Amino acid sequence: MDLVGSGRVESGGRAYAPGRVHGVLLVVEHFWRWYRRNWRATAVSSVLQPLLFLLAFGVGFGSLLAAGPDGGARAAEATGGAPYLVWLAPALLAMSAVQSAAFESTYPVLSGFKWQRIYFAMTATPVSGAQVALGHLTWVGCKMLLTGGIYVVIIALFGGVASAGILGSLLAAVLAGAAVASLITAFAATREDEGTAFNAIFRFVIVPMTLFSGTFFPVDRLPGWAQPVAWISPLWHGTELARAAALGGLAPGGWALVGVHVAYLLVLLAVGVWLAMRLFTRRLAL
Amino acid sequence: MADGPVQARGLRKRFGEFEAVRGIDVDVAQGEVFGFLGPNGAGKSSTMRMIACVSPRSDGTLQVLGLDPDLQGPRIRARIGVVPQQDNLDNELTVRENLEIYGRYFGLSRRHVKARAAELLEFAQLTERADDAVEPLSGGMKRRLTIARSLVNDPELLLLDEPTTGLDPQARHLLWERLYQLKRRGVTQIITTHYMDEAEQLCDRLVVMDGGLIVAEGTPAELIRRWAGREVVELRFLPERRPSVAELEPHVDRVEELPDRVLLYTSDGEAAQSAVHRAGLRPESALVRRSTLEDVFLRLTGRTLVD
Ligand SMILES: Nc1ncnc2c1ncn2[C@@H]1O[C@H](COP(=O)(O)OP(=O)(O)OP(=O)(O)O)[C@@H](O)[C@H]1O
Ligand SMILES: [Mg+2]
Repeated sequence: MDLVGSGRVESGGRAYAPGRVHGVLLVVEHFWRWYRRNWRATAVSSVLQPLLFLLAFGVGFGSLLAAGPDGGARAAEATGGAPYLVWLAPALLAMSAVQSAAFESTYPVLSGFKWQRIYFAMTATPVSGAQVALGHLTWVGCKMLLTGGIYVVIIALFGGVASAGILGSLLAAVLAGAAVASLITAFAATREDEGTAFNAIFRFVIVPMTLFSGTFFPVDRLPGWAQPVAWISPLWHGTELARAAALGGLAPGGWALVGVHVAYLLVLLAVGVWLAMRLFTRRLAL
Repeated sequence: MADGPVQARGLRKRFGEFEAVRGIDVDVAQGEVFGFLGPNGAGKSSTMRMIACVSPRSDGTLQVLGLDPDLQGPRIRARIGVVPQQDNLDNELTVRENLEIYGRYFGLSRRHVKARAAELLEFAQLTERADDAVEPLSGGMKRRLTIARSLVNDPELLLLDEPTTGLDPQARHLLWERLYQLKRRGVTQIITTHYMDEAEQLCDRLVVMDGGLIVAEGTPAELIRRWAGREVVELRFLPERRPSVAELEPHVDRVEELPDRVLLYTSDGEAAQSAVHRAGLRPESALVRRSTLEDVFLRLTGRTLVD
């Protein structure tokens, strides 16, 4: 048995420090391995839950709207004339991306630092703390893309897809999700406790965000004082983008608004990524 | 001293106000097994983490494999193997996957890590459990896996922080034998342990740390000669009959009082035992033995090993 390098050199058998991007991809590979083994456990929450939302609101509630005394006229006015399901679908895509981003960036991150401590194992290799942070976020992005893609297919089966623009919606959803993931990941990297603060995040940030970001009804139906709350919500920006892509027909000022939404999400993402890289580096270098 | 794989001068580690390592000089020579002994909190692991290039030093100079960890951390880490004090396996992957995925971080090809994992599974005697998840493994098996994992990149320098804690005697002896093989192939090893027999068996040279400082350094034999003398008489007394140190001191070189025993250090154990008897002292039991590193440790740190 050959326990130590006894001079044997074969291609691929010599250890070295992988480059910046390579290191990040290796962290993604690690999570992908984990996912291949454990996807069943997460499939339920990442696909089944949005599916239920789709059934309850898109199909159930949507038919109620259409059957209203005005024949759905008021609802149609709010949705710009699109069927409710078609109007709702891109927003659900964004919502599920943000929810899964929040989930993936809380307990799993704390576990990497505290319970399983696998981040410490990773940084004992040539990989750096910043690469671990980027690898985690890239993986969350990939996973959102994957489950979002499946979700698009499901929506299409229910007749909620009006055009190929839904693929643009998927990208918008992933962008919003990535912005949320990066910020929450950075926050999780500062937690020393058992994750009790995460309950507060879900209760006071994520849940209100999903309710008041224009997913189920346009934000302009909210009372005036509540509308600025939606404007700071990354999910609202993601929802507006996702809808614009899926429904098309942008008004003249529409492209400028798209630019604002994208810019806002990119700024959040940049801040979150920067913070996450710094905080991972600091915590893993004790 | 020639450029060994590890050279430290005035090495320090601070955590906020608290200084865990307070200025140590370390020189590890190529191919040797070097030990860090010391009571809990002495600063052994803090030192090991600085050498492993995961924890930046607070002060002093440090060279590992001829490079500066602050500047070349990833390049150094590519060439060393680390067994941390606390296991950090991925519990939700299988035993084999843990080896393979860890190897990938060193830029090794999938094919290579696959073959390497098979070898290391043999090494750790975990082949039977290769495709089980890590979570349900026993503590000793996890430890063996962590040790196997540290070898995945064929390291030139191996850092083992209490590698055998939690291993059964058979696994410990097997590991000693494997570490000896590695040594024969020229792999430099740095090891911390609370087991003195292990230190005597494995280490060419060692240092004793206490309170963040190195308090003694040498080969096991040198340390024993210098700090413990040749022989020890271990006496146990009934509490009410236990003599004071002053009563025992005239008969030997040095007296050490432990909660359950009194240790007499001397060049001639038999003679000391007779002298004690002539003085009218009646221990419940008396045992003459050779001095060990344990006695050195006790002398230098004022503590027994496992406290
Ligand atoms: N991350 C940290 N933050 C603050 N203090 C720390 C940290 N790590 C270690 N210390 C402190 O530094 C001191 C030395 O710790 P270290 O782990 O190096 O000791 P050790 O010699 O390895 O002990 P043991 O035999 O128990 O493993 C201890 O007092 C410990 O509390
Ligand atoms: Mg320690």
